[in-house]
Parts: sequence; C-alpha cells; structure tokens
Amino acid sequence: MVEIQREHPAASDEAGRPDILAAVRKLIQPCIQCGTCTGSCPNEFAMDCTPRMLWRLVLRGEVDEIFNSRTFALCSSCYSCTLRCPRQLPVTEAMAALKQVAARLCPDRYRSSTAFSKTFMDSVRRHGRVNEMEFMFFYFVSRKNPLLPFRFSPMGLRLMRRGKVKMSLPGLGGNDVLAPLFRAVERLEGTP
Amino acid sequence: MRYFYYPGCSLEGTAREYDLSTRAFLGAVGVELVDLPDWTCCGATAAQGMSRLLALALPARNLALAEKTGGNLDILVPCSACYLNLRRAEDRIRSGGEAKREINEALSETGLHCDGRVRVRHLLDVLSRDLDAASLADRVTRPLHGMRIAPYYGCQCLRPYADFDDPEEPRTMEPLIRSTGAEIFPWTVGAHCCGASHMTTKPEIGIELVAGLLDAARGADAVVTVCPMCQMNLEAYQRKASSLRGSDLSATILYLPQLLGLALGLSRDEVRLDLNLAVGQAFRKTAA
Ligand code: SF4
Ligand code: SF4
Repeated sequence: MVEIQREHPAASDEAGRPDILAAVRKLIQPCIQCGTCTGSCPNEFAMDCTPRMLWRLVLRGEVDEIFNSRTFALCSSCYSCTLRCPRQLPVTEAMAALKQVAARLCPDRYRSSTAFSKTFMDSVRRHGRVNEMEFMFFYFVSRKNPLLPFRFSPMGLRLMRRGKVKMSLPGLGGNDVLAPLFRAVERLEGTP
Repeated sequence: MRYFYYPGCSLEGTAREYDLSTRAFLGAVGVELVDLPDWTCCGATAAQGMSRLLALALPARNLALAEKTGGNLDILVPCSACYLNLRRAEDRIRSGGEAKREINEALSETGLHCDGRVRVRHLLDVLSRDLDAASLADRVTRPLHGMRIAPYYGCQCLRPYADFDDPEEPRTMEPLIRSTGAEIFPWTVGAHCCGASHMTTKPEIGIELVAGLLDAARGADAVVTVCPMCQMNLEAYQRKASSLRGSDLSATILYLPQLLGLALGLSRDEVRLDLNLAVGQAFRKTAA
C-alpha cells in the first residue's frame, strides 16, 4: 500500500528528534475537516483550539502549536465525536494518543492531567487496586499546591463520615500482583 | 441467571452503595453473582493517559482471570469506565492480530492468557435485556406512583460500544423505571457528558457541565445513574453549581438499583441510602 504523504515532516526533524506525531497522524489521516467532532464536543467551549483545528495541526506536523494548546487535555472521553465522525475515525483514541505523547515528552506543561494519571497508576501498581484516599493524597503532593486539598476537604469530610474513605490499603495477599505486568508493558513499549 | 461480578475500585470506596445495592437488588430478583477472585484495577481513564498497551493489558488481566476460573459466564460490570475498559480489551483480543499478541505477551509475565471467550456486559445491559420489566412490575410492593425520574446514562456505557442501547438517544432505563410505577421525567441530556475527572483536574470546566445537567433536572423527583463517576459529579457539587448559576440546583441523585430495590420493598438500609450525598427530604418521605 502506498502511504499518502501530506505536508508533514519526515520520520525525524532536522534536529534528529523522532516523529512524535506518527501514531496520532496514522489514526487521523483521513480527516476531511468537516467539524463534526467540534460540534459534538461538550468541552469545546473551554478549548483554545477546536478538535477539528487540532487534527489539521496534527496533519501539518505543528508540534509546538499542538503541545501549547490544552485541547486534548480537555477531552473527557465522552466518545460523541467517535460516534459521529463521518469518516469513522477513532477520534477519542487520537486525543488519548496525544495525552500519552504529552505525558512522556512534556509532563510539566500538563501537570494536572499528567499528575492525575501518574499518581493514579502508581497507586494501582503498588496495590493492584486504587486506594482513592492514597491517590488523592499523592495527587495533591505532586501538584505542590498547598491550597488544593482545601478545595476538596469539605467533600473529603462528607465521604469520611459515610465511611467511604478507607484508611487501610487494599490487600490482595501479595502487594505486587501487577508489578510484573507493568514491567512487561514498559519493556514492550520501550519506556523506562 | 449467573454472572461473574467485577465491581472495580470505586465500588470498594466512594461508590460502596452502588456495589451493595446492586448485590441486594440482583439477589432479590434471583440473579447470582460469582466474585472474580483477585481482580485488579481496569486502569480507569488514567492508564489511557499514560500508555496504550497498559490501558489494554490491565483490563485484559481480569478477562484472563475469568477465563481461567471457567464456567462460561458473562462478566457483569456496574461501573461504566470499568465496563468500557474491559469491553475494549475484549474487542481487541477478539479481533485477533497484533493487539491480541501484544496483550498476551504482557500477560504471559503474570502467567495468564486471554482468548476473549468471556463477554463483558454493563449492569444496565443485564437489567434491561436479561430481566423482564413486566415481571419486575409484578413484584413491586412499594410503587413510586406520581414520581418523575430522570434517567441519566452518561457516556461510556453507551459509546463507543453501542451494545444494548441507542448511543445518541438511549431508552433502556425507561421500562425499568416505569416498572416501579414512576414516570419518566422528560429531558434531553441523558446521554450528555458529566465531565468525568474534570471535577478533580479542571474543576472550572467540570462544574459547567455538572451545572448544565442539574439545571435540566429541575422538576424531576430524582435522577438515576449507572456509573460512580456520573453519580459523584452530580451529587457532590450541587452547592457549587447552585452558586455558579445563582439558583438552587439541589436534586436527589441515586443509583438505578437503589431505586429499583426500594420499589421491590428493600429497606433504605438495604440499598444504603445513608451513603448517598444528595437525597432530598421529599424523596425520602415518598420512596423510602
Ligand atoms: S468529525 Fe472526523 S472527519 Fe470530521 S473533522 Fe472531526 S475527525 Fe475530521
Ligand atoms: S471524546 Fe473528547 S474530543 Fe471527543 S467529543 Fe468527547 S470530550 Fe470532545
């Protein structure tokens, strides 16, 4: 099959950096810029660049513009765009693919989303299941915002009164049931 | 009827009443749940934000456990986020090829293997297709006549896998709600997004979506949900949403099996209404 080449950079740029958009571009290549995704998106009101525009930037290889925008970080995975896209493209998956690139390459710029995912997965890795209390604690610590916990404390108290916050960690016998799985995935995906 | 049961992490914590009322209601209608031994987290939405393969391997581990346990049962999942993750893993493994190979290569390190033999089903799928609403109606001992209930489906039980309902205009909760004697509150936002984890990471955006839903629910006696994330977003931030919109947006929010259980005569305690964050006096008086 002949791959259609658009106006995007080759496998690496002049500085020799790898083509970080390859996976996303593959998902979104047949986009016809109809704007159905934008029209379906519940978070579009808060985005600096619409989903349709984002796909244009991806096809043009505008790495800086893409990762300066917070459009993909605002995707709440509602799948409306995926359902309605006339080209039946995996639009939500493409948003997730951009989140994955951002988590690896510029974690600082997407601190809140990346910290959320990372502390969540750390808790899963340690215990096999998520301890919501431990997860929120480490999330606050990672955000280094001393005022953040106060935003949540009224709710925390309401949850605690109802015995919904477990003070103990979930046990599965051995604590590292998932450690080998995490390691295998890291090996297969070539990440540390 | 027997199913494997995958509660997921939220149902062990902030959504305990969803777990307990699901078990209580299904028990009352004669459905047997087989707990999946040593189940682990499905990866929630966080794994997707980190790694594509991890987001498939974590749920696949649970499918592999079910296959290993045997018995040829479907897996029943009440949480919509867990459902989507397990369902996607099932889909990728069933379609075979590279994804199946990759997932199994990761799983092999834990001594597990998955062929995609077990079907993943959302609680609402089971309630609406395996139970018979007419026979439910016959068993109602505490009819909810005169109540208007707003069915809230959210996103991930409907999309992208439209297994059991119309993903744009879902209707499957309606016969179940009517079986209790209640009416359907007419609204058009039942399949709109609640903002998912935005309330934690980007609250100024999440609250807009939540306020929009609560505003649309004005006039309903209760909103019923089938997902812990939807439930939490709708019940926990009502004061904030009210001050944002400058009007009272408080509403009764409960899980579908809680409503159905109450109609069947289960007590408040049995469906754990005490654990909910938003149940109004009027609702308590009439329904419980
Ligand atoms: S709906 Fe699909 S084809 Fe249309 S702009 Fe969005 S991604 Fe492109
Ligand atoms: S899945 Fe994401 S990008 Fe698509 S419509 Fe929903 S929030 Fe918007």
